[in-house]
Amino acid sequence: MSSKNSVMVFIQQDDGTVSDVSIELLSKARDLATQLRTEVTGVLIGDAVKAEAAGLVPYGVDEIFVIEDKRLKNYTPVPYTKVMVEMIKKHEPQIVLYGATTTGRDLGPRIASNLKVGLTADCTDLQIGDYSFKDSEYKDILYQIRPAFGGNIIATIVAPEKKPQMATVREGVMKVGSPQPGYKGKITPVTFSFSDADFPSEIIKRIREEKLVDLKGSQIIVSGGIGVGSKENFALIYELAHTLGGEVGASRAAVDAGFISKDHQVGQTGTTVRPKLYIACGISGAIQHRAGMSESARIIAINTDNEAPIFQIAHYGIVGDLNDVIPKFIKAFKAKE
Amino acid sequence: MGLNLIVLVKQVPDTQNITGEAMKEDGTVNRAALPAIFNPDDLHALEAALEVKEAIPGTKVHVLTMGPPSAAQVLKESLYRGADFTALISDRKFAGADTLATSYALKCAIEKIGTYDIVFCGRQAIDGDTAQVGPQTAEKLGINQITNVSSIEKVDPKKKELVAKRSIEGGFEIVKASFPLLLTVNDEEYVPRPPSVIKMMSYKNAGVGGDESAYDESYLNSAGTERNKDIISLWDIAAIHARVESCGLAGSPTKVKKIESVILKSEDIKMIENTGEAIADMVHELIADHTLG
Repeated sequence: MSSKNSVMVFIQQDDGTVSDVSIELLSKARDLATQLRTEVTGVLIGDAVKAEAAGLVPYGVDEIFVIEDKRLKNYTPVPYTKVMVEMIKKHEPQIVLYGATTTGRDLGPRIASNLKVGLTADCTDLQIGDYSFKDSEYKDILYQIRPAFGGNIIATIVAPEKKPQMATVREGVMKVGSPQPGYKGKITPVTFSFSDADFPSEIIKRIREEKLVDLKGSQIIVSGGIGVGSKENFALIYELAHTLGGEVGASRAAVDAGFISKDHQVGQTGTTVRPKLYIACGISGAIQHRAGMSESARIIAINTDNEAPIFQIAHYGIVGDLNDVIPKFIKAFKAKE
Repeated sequence: MGLNLIVLVKQVPDTQNITGEAMKEDGTVNRAALPAIFNPDDLHALEAALEVKEAIPGTKVHVLTMGPPSAAQVLKESLYRGADFTALISDRKFAGADTLATSYALKCAIEKIGTYDIVFCGRQAIDGDTAQVGPQTAEKLGINQITNVSSIEKVDPKKKELVAKRSIEGGFEIVKASFPLLLTVNDEEYVPRPPSVIKMMSYKNAGVGGDESAYDESYLNSAGTERNKDIISLWDIAAIHARVESCGLAGSPTKVKKIESVILKSEDIKMIENTGEAIADMVHELIADHTLG
């Protein structure tokens, strides 16, 4: 039996494979638990998923509870809420983290509502600190930091009076720690008894394709916006990305215009990225887009409008038509040898 | 036999189209200068409900919103599009509610309506982007949910169940579930209808409360009568039988510790001339610092 007050992570699996965001969260949970001098626990729910747990322990996880049932193969809200609520009541963690995925954002609010505790959505940073409110002083509280108001403000939210403190955390923002092969952690199967009433949703069909676009794993991203002008013109964006060994991204406006598929979308409603180099071509730089790429180490903005907001966060700015600028860029890079 | 549908909507500041006028000199947003609009996803939810109403005769659409008196505007806009009944949940004691306290008040209001088959919500609101109130309300009502619904494939009023398509990362799910059920609807398939001119004419003077009938309990049992159709009911904390300690700031476990405005400021940007030579110099600089390789 693990100690109470742990930092607990809901470990999401899709088709039996643990999601990247869960590994990011276990890594962050390890940092937080070290600061709080407590343990990291995880809850893994699915069908025949126990084998996945061993690979997670080296991220500094002290105990993983595994709940298996054929009917838990795919996520549905009612039984997953039941399991998590019971696990939280039994183990009394001080913090519970979920990925801000479709699953995490479906599940987290139900649990918070059931337990009558706070939940902060889509956090981009988590810290530990103190908080004073009226006459009360709270030590070692979780600061839950998130953009709000369409990304125009950054809010720090706390929920000091009730445990656990819970947050969903955006994918791709927490760094994956280095695994420690000898880390000692337990894997504990937990038995639940379910009735048919626990499974009111029937998944008739589930179609899920692995993303063909790896934006998060790419060190160089060349993104096109509405200024690219057409689907055909995106060929130039692809050519620059291919030349530099990078991936192709896009703004929401370009996706909405049908120039490119949503898999490529960078920004608040797309993927959050922080590559070594981000080249924004024909992207004005709406705050929702900047929220997904402003942490890039270097940003080059290419735009015909010298007042475009993207120039306000760029390190290099080129005012000009991308059809004219990109070929020069490709030529210069190819000439380097 | 028609269905009883409830749509939860919200009036929000328009954070998506921030113009120069809404920016202050220090680069932060002047929230007071933003127009108040019908939350975009909620219009998709309303459209989904209205399409079910059109497909199943006898179906009634109730629209609820929580907010200050000015939020009645989104209820009027719902009437213009075809809602049958609307209620504004408004009380100073609701002020400062986080998503938990909001979902509690909405649950109390839904229970006041009584029997219902489907509760529709937008996937998320553009002011907070939390997507939490829908699932939190479903849990408080003790009912099942399907979130991020792009379309309803089939509704069976006899079996009291539906089949919906929901978006997930990299694909979709087709899910079957029985009523009562809460859905959160995304912006992928439902195109909100424009307001009907005829309805705008007939509802343009609709006021909140209006007269005693705002609290007339016959509202609850008279779904189908035309008597109160031009009334936007006003429900305060007593009307929905909510506990004060679970509402507003008192019922909200989360507190805002700090708000920082995102400031748009120029960093040390290097402007590169659009010439082959200048661009080549930039490329060499990026190769030299190992950004490109």
